Amino acid sequence: MFVAKINVTLKESVLDPQGQTVLRTLHDQGKTSISDLRVGKYIEMKISAGSQAEAETSAKEICESLLVNQVIETYRLVVEKV
Amino acid sequence: MKVRVVTFPGSNCDKDVGTILESEFGAKVEYTWYKESFSDIPDLVVLPGGFSFGDYLRCGAMAKFSNAMDSVVKYANQGGKVLGVCNGFQILTESGLLPGALLHNRTLKYICKDVDLIPVAENKIAKGLKGSLSIPIAHGEGAYFADSETLERLEKNGQVVFRYKQNPNGSLNDIAGICNEAGNVLGMMPHPERAVNPYTGKMDGKQILEALLKK
Repeated sequence: MFVAKINVTLKESVLDPQGQTVLRTLHDQGKTSISDLRVGKYIEMKISAGSQAEAETSAKEICESLLVNQVIETYRLVVEKV
Repeated sequence: MKVRVVTFPGSNCDKDVGTILESEFGAKVEYTWYKESFSDIPDLVVLPGGFSFGDYLRCGAMAKFSNAMDSVVKYANQGGKVLGVCNGFQILTESGLLPGALLHNRTLKYICKDVDLIPVAENKIAKGLKGSLSIPIAHGEGAYFADSETLERLEKNGQVVFRYKQNPNGSLNDIAGICNEAGNVLGMMPHPERAVNPYTGKMDGKQILEALLKK
């Protein structure tokens, strides 16, 4: 069994109003050392596969067909054996 | 005139648009549940507004995986007319029938109000529509986004159908609706079906539906 850990964020070129709003709140609190805050989502899924490579291929296919809209989003995928 | 309206779990404007097309345009309307396929060639297929699959993950993301959408894609590729309103527009971009994507409104607020739409004269569908049209919007994720190359191509090909007179949501180029290159697939965030019957106090949506339905 493997676990796929997926971080999805908006592309750098896409405005992230959610991230900007959170950043503004931090700045209002005086935490001005924080910059470039972006809000994304984290998805975790368990995969039954014969090998690490097979699990990675399967997770990548699922990311690109459903979990991530590549017009606006980018993702990082880590697959671990559990 | 035969119209198919596709209903997904969470669609809530399917009956609205169907009823208007029946009562105001004399259409014979059939509803297709998302699990069903269809193979007939209606005059129009409508993907209605609402919150398909609860808008979970991304608006319209889950709806593209359904038998009904397989049929819609096939029908659209054969030149069949498709109208996607609001969530329907989101489904059209997610399924690849229209380019780009819809992002959260820049204000992060859900916006429900009447907006003025400017039909783009160079567009085939908008041709003949005059002045500005007052049409309601009701969405949280309606900011149209596409990369600069795609935007340029849309503008050059005359695929922008409507622009907002006063951009409510942060859509690039004030885009409220676009069509595909062939001009048979239209996606728009405003709801023309909510501005057809005099009881709603607004009539400008009738022109839009007429323009789409005319042969």
